[in-house]
Amino acid sequence: MALLEVKNLKKHFDTPSGRLHAVDDVTFSIEKGKTLGVVGESGCGKSTLGKTLIRMEEATDGEVFFDGKEITGITAREYKPIRMRMQMIFQDPYSSLDPRMSVSALIAEPIKTYRLAKSKKELDDMVFELMDTVGLARRLAGVYPHELDGGRRQRIGIARALSLNPEFIVCDEPVSALDVSIQAQILNLLMDLQQDKGLTYIFITHDMSVVKHISDEICVMYLGQVVEFCKVSELFRNTLHPYSMALLSAIPTPSLRNRRKQILLQGEIASPINPKKCCRFAKRCPHATEQCHENEPSLKESSVKGHFVKCFYTEQLKQP
Amino acid sequence: MSGNKILEVRDLVVHYETDEAVTEAVNNVSFDVVPGEILGIVGETGAGKTTIGLSIMGLLPKPPSHVIQGSIRINGKEFIDTRYEPKSFFNLAAKRMRKKTDRHIEKVYRTIRGKTITMMFQDPMTALNPVMYVGDQIVEVIKIHENVSAAEAHKRACDMLEMVGISASRFKEYPHQFSGGMKQRVVIAIALACRPDLIIADEPTTALDVTIQAQVLKMMKELQESLGTAMMFITHDFGVVAEICSKCMVVYAGEIVESGTLEHIFENTRHPYTKGLFNSLPNLDEDADRLKPILGLMPNPMDLPGYCSFYDRCEERCDRCKEKNPKLIEVEPGHLVRCVHAKAMGVE
Repeated sequence: MALLEVKNLKKHFDTPSGRLHAVDDVTFSIEKGKTLGVVGESGCGKSTLGKTLIRMEEATDGEVFFDGKEITGITAREYKPIRMRMQMIFQDPYSSLDPRMSVSALIAEPIKTYRLAKSKKELDDMVFELMDTVGLARRLAGVYPHELDGGRRQRIGIARALSLNPEFIVCDEPVSALDVSIQAQILNLLMDLQQDKGLTYIFITHDMSVVKHISDEICVMYLGQVVEFCKVSELFRNTLHPYSMALLSAIPTPSLRNRRKQILLQGEIASPINPKKCCRFAKRCPHATEQCHENEPSLKESSVKGHFVKCFYTEQLKQP
Repeated sequence: MSGNKILEVRDLVVHYETDEAVTEAVNNVSFDVVPGEILGIVGETGAGKTTIGLSIMGLLPKPPSHVIQGSIRINGKEFIDTRYEPKSFFNLAAKRMRKKTDRHIEKVYRTIRGKTITMMFQDPMTALNPVMYVGDQIVEVIKIHENVSAAEAHKRACDMLEMVGISASRFKEYPHQFSGGMKQRVVIAIALACRPDLIIADEPTTALDVTIQAQVLKMMKELQESLGTAMMFITHDFGVVAEICSKCMVVYAGEIVESGTLEHIFENTRHPYTKGLFNSLPNLDEDADRLKPILGLMPNPMDLPGYCSFYDRCEERCDRCKEKNPKLIEVEPGHLVRCVHAKAMGVE
């Protein structure tokens, strides 16, 4: 059964210049123990999506079901025990931690909020156990975040997210602020934790190679909408949406052999304020026709089962 | 002498001195840049990449930084003078001489900075002046370095904008009206305005999205080829290096650990750190269950070990590594490696 189900989720912001469609009509579901990767460029609404899922932002419209229960409409009191099972890891380990709290205080904070420890002794034990789990040396319990490097700081963020034994974690670009050698350590840690504890992740990132490594399913977003949704292996073997193709080809490969042919996109991501009712990628799309500029395609299943694409020309653009 | 080398750096040592400790940011770095080549400098945060760039530009903040020894020659002209470095706080005569030479060097730098060598910074949002038209920011560079009329400078600035793919009609717009990729194009236009011999690009595409990064890289490469400018490309991304560079240099804890052509670095990787970097990258073409990270962290630059600085994280370490810091060895023509095993590893 799906652990998390999202139906027609919308998040709009009112700005002085109009309605900003940050997340527009997003529908998907994640099975328990799986990872869904969300990729897209900055400003495509992937972080807002993550925040809306755990109600850090209230959705404008649409429903989110967690473990079969709708969570979008319920009161804060009803939501609190569910929120405990959904956690988030933030992008920037430099600004997401309170600089005036020591490592142990930071990790203990969520446990105290939910009154899970019965005594000081129990709290300390829980904190130390969490530090072991995420690979932080116990001697670091008393130090402050500014004394640590980015990788260790991100481990604190992970320990905080794990402290309430959640089932579901939204990882919002957890490795993009880190160096590659540290990035690999954190990715391995997240994958080990998933295996040990049966966690379900939503992994938000702009880095295709990271998403390919960690995800089971992938969802490519463009201007608030899902343009392609399928299994990871399927996306890399059989890319169907022109935006996904361009995104994949734009990644610089660290190798001299088998260089990909690049599809260079013209122009930049359009404004998400009051978007026109047409294909939002049409302006930059090398294959766009008149139809794309006038009508909006829907997210349809292609000839492959479970591979959804939002494009009029899915069949025609298929690579041989 | 320097022949036709644009830049010659020899045994450069840069320290940051604070009250608590001395940070050894750059240790004995030597390299050359010849016309028309793009040299990639790869390394992690804190490896000293930016410090190398800043010291070539003469932009190191003084204090706390000190060039302890070494030489930087730009088009054959020496820009480092380590004489008169006051050994004690009370050595006033030396201090006065030091100030005088610094002032002299700065004066010479002013004539070449922006003209012969230019630098592009990582973040185009902070590199541009927010209260000045983008066009005027290009005019400014041209007017300082070349004796041209205002109309002529204006025309050339328009040409520069068109060259980097921005319509000249946007001359009178402010940086905040541009997107990130467009701002970086403006920065490139400023950098190229006086047709420099060398551009030092410090992570110019790191703040950009991949599709925009691909656009900007392609443009930089095309402009570099048509103008024949040499470039030093500072980055942490091997993918970008493979895309744009002709030579590459891997920096670790302020030292060059491996340098050579792209074929040397990518196809015949010798240094364990470079190998580790490649292994820790998630690969798009192959499937791997686990990544192989480099364990541990970079040594604290305030407290470098006397021996190989990669020792603690190295998978191939042995007792010989702890004896002394290995020298850069040429394992094949043009391919330098700083490792005691470098020679042995060549025999396959």
